[in-house]
Amino acid sequence: MAKVLMKGNEAIGEAAIRAGCLNYFAYPITPQSEVAEYLSKRMPEAGGVFLQGESEVAVGYMIFGAAGAGARVFTTSSSPGVSLMSEAISYIAGAQCPAVFVNIIRGGPGLGGILPSQADYFQATKGGGHGDYRLLVMAPASVQEAVEMVMKAFPLAEKYRNPVMILGDGLIGQMMEPVEFPDGLRSEPTNKDDWATNGMDSRNSDKQNLVKSLFLDPKALNDNNLALKAKYDRMKIEEVRYEPYNLDSPYQALIVSYGTMSRVCRTVIDNLKSEGIEVAMIRPQTLFPFPEKAIHDAADVDGCKIVFSIEMSMGQMVEDVERCIKGKRPVEWYGKCGGDVPTPEEIMEIIKERL
Amino acid sequence: MGKIFTKPEALSDNHTHYCPGCTHGVIHRLVAEAIDELGIKGRTVGIAPVGCAVLAYNYFTFDFQEAAHGRAPAMATGIKRVRPDLIVFTYQGDGDLASIGMGEIIHAANRGEKFTTIFVNNAVYGMTGGQMAPTTMPNQRTTTSPLGRNVEDTGMPIKMAELLSALQTPGYITRQTVIKPKYIVKAKKAIKQAFTYQVERRCFSLVEVVSTCPTNWGMTPLDAIDWAENTLLPYYPLGEYKTPE
Ligand SMILES: Cc1ncc(C[n+]2csc(CCOP(=O)(O)OP(=O)(O)O)c2C)c(N)n1
Ligand code: SF4
Repeated sequence: MAKVLMKGNEAIGEAAIRAGCLNYFAYPITPQSEVAEYLSKRMPEAGGVFLQGESEVAVGYMIFGAAGAGARVFTTSSSPGVSLMSEAISYIAGAQCPAVFVNIIRGGPGLGGILPSQADYFQATKGGGHGDYRLLVMAPASVQEAVEMVMKAFPLAEKYRNPVMILGDGLIGQMMEPVEFPDGLRSEPTNKDDWATNGMDSRNSDKQNLVKSLFLDPKALNDNNLALKAKYDRMKIEEVRYEPYNLDSPYQALIVSYGTMSRVCRTVIDNLKSEGIEVAMIRPQTLFPFPEKAIHDAADVDGCKIVFSIEMSMGQMVEDVERCIKGKRPVEWYGKCGGDVPTPEEIMEIIKERL
Repeated sequence: MGKIFTKPEALSDNHTHYCPGCTHGVIHRLVAEAIDELGIKGRTVGIAPVGCAVLAYNYFTFDFQEAAHGRAPAMATGIKRVRPDLIVFTYQGDGDLASIGMGEIIHAANRGEKFTTIFVNNAVYGMTGGQMAPTTMPNQRTTTSPLGRNVEDTGMPIKMAELLSALQTPGYITRQTVIKPKYIVKAKKAIKQAFTYQVERRCFSLVEVVSTCPTNWGMTPLDAIDWAENTLLPYYPLGEYKTPE
């Protein structure tokens, strides 16, 4: 398929349709309202469902209801909206339903600002809602990657019967880039007759299906949590994705950075190389599961003196980076969280200062 | 001799956990009868609330989802939008629907979502131990209004059927009760009518059912019936508030 020039938010909407998801519920919020605007026209054209809910609280449960009934469904929002959806996300994870959530993060806490940020890392990877659950979290660094991650998110959500989150930032949503929608990433929804409330007639059964997260018996609840844990453990084995950069050089420092921030870090690495300083990067593409081993191994090589976690937050991912490195190298955080993306010059200065 | 009493197919054999004299069980039965009579069991999805009916899915024999507190109308919306052929109903208490879930029910009704709501108004939070609800009567004692509901600082009880009828979108809104056989017959008719409108894809439908909670009212089941009849019914008049015609 030919490349087309598209704004990130619109490309995300189109990607869902191309992936085979024809159900979308959402509530407007900057910087991702263009997804809803785009889909309000495109979904009906494609024969799908578009509904603007009355709040993100309601949208979260519209997603739960639709997913529970066996439909492929997704929503997009930004930080304050995702906070409101987090109650539903906990229920959806507890009831083991597949659904896709896109968070085009803006600055926080509170109303924060409308510029790009990565400050929802903890919310996405550690659980914004209550209880022992995890989301499979993917973080795109370009519009093209956002398209591919959205398209892959649906079969992954179904494979694990678990919500998947695409964690972008305002730049990914607002930026225009050439994109292609790979035909190979279109997928058929899986058969959900075993568990979904799709109506007994639909599956020729006289057995009731229940979609619920209530387990009053302590053993039953513990069993449900063990079943969830088994899925998260399996994700850690099967779904870790990352991109190494300049890893075959004799690097003295390792950067861990994701999303828009990692693009700046690439420039940093290229610029430093021309000055004779070698720095490598691991760019996590999945934030949960986190590329623990890759980061550990990359930091552990001889010659690597220090590790930087560079993020548009006040130091969230750095806690995971420290966890991976197990004290073997000093780990430093650098970032900004007001909406300005740190510049290559700033980051180069920090790195040179520490080396 | 012919059969004079059978259990609806839509009702399971499980014993309910409801207290003696609680009207939840009667309402379950009326819902099950309506579903049987309309022949829709195989395409019905119920949504259980958070409240005493949280385990309602154990008492029916068709598909069920369990909602978060107050969110059943949003879940029903999600199901109905992606599967308009399914018959969907929410079963909600007054804390669930008229307090924490007020936003969801109003917007679902206003969008004219084509599902059915069975709204059980027992003027109290049953499950959590009898706290004050938005529907608690003036001066009614509850565990969070020990001196009786003071309407000076908590407002007057909310009349949901009236409130929802004020929306301009067509719908079927009725208030019934099941405290005596003469009322049960009418309530059954209303519940069946509500589902019928849904089967015909006509409109949103809601049946408010004035109910009893002898446990948290601190009354015997018989006194509870009297109290409901003499105190609740005058404030919550029965009848059809809105029809789609
Ligand atoms: C978000 C949330 N808040 C509070 C609760 C606790 N809670 C459980 S049931 C309930 C009230 C239910 O009352 P009502 O809807 O009137 O139903 P009833 O039990 O009387 O049938 C409350 C407050 C909860 N489960 N979830
Ligand atoms: S507490 Fe009240 S509403 Fe709940 S089961 Fe008992 S009588 Fe019924």
